[in-house]
Amino acid sequence: MSGLRQKPTPGWLPFLPAAWLVVFFLVPFAIMLTVSVAHRVQGGFYEPGFEFDSYMRFFSVFFGRILLTSVLISVGAAVICVLLAFPFTLGLARMNKRGQTLVLVILLSVLSLSEVIIGFSLSTLLSKTAGIGNLFAALGVTEESRAYTPSLFALMAGMCYLALPYSVLVLYPPVSRLDPELGEAARMMGASPFQAFRTITVPMLRKPMMGALILVFVFTLGIYLLPQVLGQPQHWTLSVHITDQAIFQSNLPFAAAMAVFLLLVSLAMVGLSLLLGRDKGGGA
Amino acid sequence: MMKRREFIASASALALGTLAAPTIARAQGTSLKVGTYGGYFEESFKKHIYPDFTAATGIEVDSIAEPTGEAWLVQLQQAARAGQAPADVSMMAQVARIRGERAGLWAELDRGAMTNVDNLPEHFVHAYEDGRFYGTGAVAWYIALVTNTDVYPEAPESWAALWDPANENSLGLLALASNSFLLEITATTHFGGTDILATEEGVLEVMNKLAEVKPNVRLWYRDEGQFQQALETGEIPMGQYYHDVTGLAAADGKPVRSTFPKEGAVLDSGSWVVSKASDALEASQVFIDYMSQPEIQSKLSRFVGTAPTIPRDMTDLTDEEFAAVSSDLPPILPRYELYVDKADWVNQKWSEIVTG
Repeated sequence: MSGLRQKPTPGWLPFLPAAWLVVFFLVPFAIMLTVSVAHRVQGGFYEPGFEFDSYMRFFSVFFGRILLTSVLISVGAAVICVLLAFPFTLGLARMNKRGQTLVLVILLSVLSLSEVIIGFSLSTLLSKTAGIGNLFAALGVTEESRAYTPSLFALMAGMCYLALPYSVLVLYPPVSRLDPELGEAARMMGASPFQAFRTITVPMLRKPMMGALILVFVFTLGIYLLPQVLGQPQHWTLSVHITDQAIFQSNLPFAAAMAVFLLLVSLAMVGLSLLLGRDKGGGA
Repeated sequence: MMKRREFIASASALALGTLAAPTIARAQGTSLKVGTYGGYFEESFKKHIYPDFTAATGIEVDSIAEPTGEAWLVQLQQAARAGQAPADVSMMAQVARIRGERAGLWAELDRGAMTNVDNLPEHFVHAYEDGRFYGTGAVAWYIALVTNTDVYPEAPESWAALWDPANENSLGLLALASNSFLLEITATTHFGGTDILATEEGVLEVMNKLAEVKPNVRLWYRDEGQFQQALETGEIPMGQYYHDVTGLAAADGKPVRSTFPKEGAVLDSGSWVVSKASDALEASQVFIDYMSQPEIQSKLSRFVGTAPTIPRDMTDLTDEEFAAVSSDLPPILPRYELYVDKADWVNQKWSEIVTG
């Protein structure tokens, strides 16, 4: 009995989140799986059934291309975000406590903005009539104002705006705990600042960087509004097509099948990157 | 702000509404839940139509904002399975209405108790294949060729303007086959009518013709607010849009105009239907009957900006009032069955050829 009393948390506590997960994650997921094999009634809804027609429809060059686009856009956003967030976080960690708090609060406040607001703000900023095109024209950089949206650039800007705070928040704790003496020791042994950065700082932060990459990748894979607002049709991701099928075509089995597939692909990508990260970590 | 057929803003509110769908205690059937497209439509009905209805019949209206047709249809269907009706009477776009009919979602109504339904032309009186009557045309609206008057001082005369190389990167078009009716527009403009859409080869031929507009399209929009704002600022100075709201924006002083091209504008409509899960069938019939009266149809044209679903000579609309909401030019009529019977095929080809 005394052993029990020493535990800081009651033993039943973990069951609460576990039950929560079962009810609000596993059960809806099971429903989605069931719907994905249901029978689609053309011109109606769907009936219970067990068939793989919706999955078969997905295996085509057309949807293969869309899947590839989705993955590439998300990988691109993840790489850009981490490349921006890494030096940013290193700089942040060197600031005094007050400055750090201020920057973090501003960064967190970005998270309160919705995808809709960010999408429409960016499309205004990049527009021909009210955007930076006018500024460039006024400065004489371009002859006349032009629109920079919809384009891949606009879409990437939107996705990175949404995801950058997350990558900074993932990188910040390990970066702030980084022992500055390690870098100083390397410098004393004759390493240039860049050598110290490359051989000490980057290897020590490989895991958090991998974590940030995965987080941004998975996060941006589910974004469905920005590609519609900021992208051209060739940038419409699988998430956009899932929305179309579920909301506009009432084809829930096909939408569910695509969602299941998207989930499998993102799990596979996460698994693959974890595997790669571990090998490199072991070799270093 | 016009959000009639927009889904983004109202979809989340709707999802909550359905989950919560309270079995509102009705005072002896004197309250009726009526769903119309959220935003401008719902506000106009609440302001100009429902108070008079309540005064005339004693039935209180509980106004429900619904999202664009298909989403609301899915919600109604799911709710009906659980024996719930998030709305008793709903306004439904035609493709959604036909899908609901195929699924047997609409309650049968007693036409004998609804004498004003006789005012409506046959295509606005909806019945199951076995003849059971279930709904009526509520309001009609046109999708026309719209332009920004600053960028285009002269109004275009034909839908052929969409293909004009001079309009590169300056069009806003609806993103889906089943709500843009661009196949019908293309067929009428370039193939002498919509008959070519009767076969799959014909549909593909029309899609390939339509694909030629791609270099001119700046935005394929699902969200109406997105295009209307861009049209008003001149950012996207030409496109297809709703005649009624463009007229309202122009009346507000915005530099926009809506033109009935010589090939005609697309005539689309919404219909009143009743969920089979509703337990307010009688009040629903009174409501639909009331809405089919000539005076009310005229009032809808004046205050909501929709075209009447009854013949023009039954209304007391002046020429000017009629011109604001409609046209005597023969309209382009959507081939709704195409988006019901061949829905998945059309959607797939549309994604590959037109927007892909």
